Amino acid sequence: MSVKTGTGRTVGIFGLTNIATGARRVCQSLRLMVGVPEYSTYVAHMRDKHPHLPVMSYQQFFRERQEARYGGKVSRCC
Amino acid sequence: MNRFIGTLGWLALAVLGAFAFGVIALQHGESIGAIWIVVATVCIYAIAYRFYSLFIASRVLRLDATRMTPAYKFNDGLDYVPTNKHVLFGHHFAAIAGAGPLVGPILAAQMGYMPGMLWLLAGVVFAGAVQDFTVLFISTRRDGRSLGDLIKSELGQVPGTIALFGTFFIMLILLAVLALIVVKALAESPWGTFTVAATIPIALFMGVYARHIRPGAIGEVSLIGFILLMLSIVTGQYVQEMPALAGWFTLTGEQLTWLLIGYGFIASVLPVWLLLAPRDYLSTFLKIGTIAGLAIGVIFVSPELKMPAFTQFTDGSGPVWSGNLFPFLFITIACGAVSGFHSLISSGTTPKMIRNETDARFIGYGAMLMESFVAIMALVAASTIEPGVYFAMNSPGAIIGTTAESATQAISQWGFHVTPEMITQTAKDVGEHTVISRTGGAPTLAVGMAQILSDAIGGKAMMAFWYHFAILFEALFILTAVDAGTRAGRFMLQDLLGAFVPAMKRTDSLGASLIATAICVAGWGYFLYQGVVDPLGGINTLWPLFGISNQMLAGIALILCTAVLFKMKRDRFAWVTIVPAVWVMVCTLTAAWQKIFDANPRIGFLAHADKYRNAIAEGQVLAPAKSIGQMQQVIFNDYVNASLAALFMLVLISMLVFGARTVMQARAAREPSARETPFELLPVEASLRP
Repeated sequence: MSVKTGTGRTVGIFGLTNIATGARRVCQSLRLMVGVPEYSTYVAHMRDKHPHLPVMSYQQFFRERQEARYGGKVSRCC
Repeated sequence: MNRFIGTLGWLALAVLGAFAFGVIALQHGESIGAIWIVVATVCIYAIAYRFYSLFIASRVLRLDATRMTPAYKFNDGLDYVPTNKHVLFGHHFAAIAGAGPLVGPILAAQMGYMPGMLWLLAGVVFAGAVQDFTVLFISTRRDGRSLGDLIKSELGQVPGTIALFGTFFIMLILLAVLALIVVKALAESPWGTFTVAATIPIALFMGVYARHIRPGAIGEVSLIGFILLMLSIVTGQYVQEMPALAGWFTLTGEQLTWLLIGYGFIASVLPVWLLLAPRDYLSTFLKIGTIAGLAIGVIFVSPELKMPAFTQFTDGSGPVWSGNLFPFLFITIACGAVSGFHSLISSGTTPKMIRNETDARFIGYGAMLMESFVAIMALVAASTIEPGVYFAMNSPGAIIGTTAESATQAISQWGFHVTPEMITQTAKDVGEHTVISRTGGAPTLAVGMAQILSDAIGGKAMMAFWYHFAILFEALFILTAVDAGTRAGRFMLQDLLGAFVPAMKRTDSLGASLIATAICVAGWGYFLYQGVVDPLGGINTLWPLFGISNQMLAGIALILCTAVLFKMKRDRFAWVTIVPAVWVMVCTLTAAWQKIFDANPRIGFLAHADKYRNAIAEGQVLAPAKSIGQMQQVIFNDYVNASLAALFMLVLISMLVFGARTVMQARAAREPSARETPFELLPVEASLRP
């Protein structure tokens, strides 16, 4: 639960915004643990920096990341 | 005023830590609650992080918040993504924490909990976390390149190749010892074998689901997988109780070995989405969840430590592994104190996603402190078990025999209280036929965890469930490591062999992949098999070799860090990496030397080979061999192991020579000579974001 102030900053009520941000980060971290970074970041990056290039769908993105994670790199420890 | 309160707070923390250590030190033979260990360690971690890591960050490495990072420079939304430091911390921690920090401390508990605890604390603060942090920093300043590349560019082409070569052998030993832990945990256990076998169809189903039915729904498919896993644990009990079915899943160590070797080969040539990826989801999430659960359990239940602070086995006569406290404690506990393998992770995906160089302190140093805490909890779990039962579980059959009576007799002579009923009751509680000589650490951790978790949830009735849950959790991430490791080893091998036979380099060629995979599987399979048939339990041979190889890599990484510090003209602060480098090298070289040349056949490989050779000369056959041919095989294995230890020594010594040469050149140069990517300013919006 949050409200936007005049300056455009979002202010949390009862810290709920913090909880929401925290939960979102936990989910991002869990996905990154298995090699899948945030898809929306990828889309935003492509839109901002390479507007002329095609953007992968989530399914393509997911498959690309899967191949990259297990493509012979040492990705985990003992 | 705020500053004053801050100082007061840290002072209070230091006093609290000192008090907790006082409680531990002044126990007078009474057992103490685990909470004191937790308080003491957490205080040390907090103080080390606040002061020592800050010193390294601001004075030694001089992290620069305005410097360009690879994540911004090469941002592609895929490999290079500027990532929030808390998000990246989780990723980095999950990549470094595996079976290592759970098993090492359990084996080390034979000397009492104190030696292991002190080494875990001192090791992580001054060696392990420093290594992880510094390597992460070095890689971040060099476009996120890998350890091999870093060594090539800072020390030279030849040491770079030597390091890669050494890394390949670490992989083989690591995979063998991990697989051995699974074999030891599942042998003659239909319940455990069934649940672990069930993970294969579950993973296949998840793979198809996440590929075709609901593409990319990781959370959903993991939840379904988790529920199926829990069902398989429950079903496992019924399988065990039905003789017809139980027979199918009651396998000897040798049968399991061949199954694992076959599994490793097939799994590592299947497409990744089908088996490896879904198994990775399950094992990663289960690992994080279980570690969190164990931490909560240890803190709230605060189980009593029954293991004494020191046992008489600090003199090196222990049954679990042989050798004196120095150097063998320091290679038995690698992960959790200092682990060379982490230098591969710190120069892997993490530096490519660091948003700001200053985050390296929190992620590099902080995540390693957390791993050390995991190791402390494993030590606590092992120490909450009755010492008599601990030794019954971890001593090889050649020393304590195979029945509860013979084990009781042997262990009572060492001065630990135990009765045959205690041993059989433990087995009954956890739903196993026997707990005698279940070496390898996993079953011990599982008993300890089952005691702690059943104290928190479910009581005694749930103990068997928690035991098999813990076994499943360990086997699951070990099998993922075997699968992913065989794949990584295959690519490494193709790269190395490609230098001599160009056709081997083609990773898209089926023939070349199959040959390289077969060589890898045969490599770790060989060590696994020799470990499984060893009457001293295999762990006695393989774990020290693994520890030596892992600490050898830590030595290599710390030599690189030292060379870079000199090249940056930070000579004054080079002791920060020199001290741990020297310590790790002294331990590794001494341990390797003793493993080769010690006169005691339980320690030295050559002495062991001589014992068998003399027996052959007298026409005797020594167990486990049943014929002269097998005796010769044992001798051959000893020579292989001795050569491998010698190889690790050679690699480390040659890296030391190359490192020393680099340091001398750097000192002779007037200007800094480190090969960093030239300075660029980080985009303004990047330094402003929280």
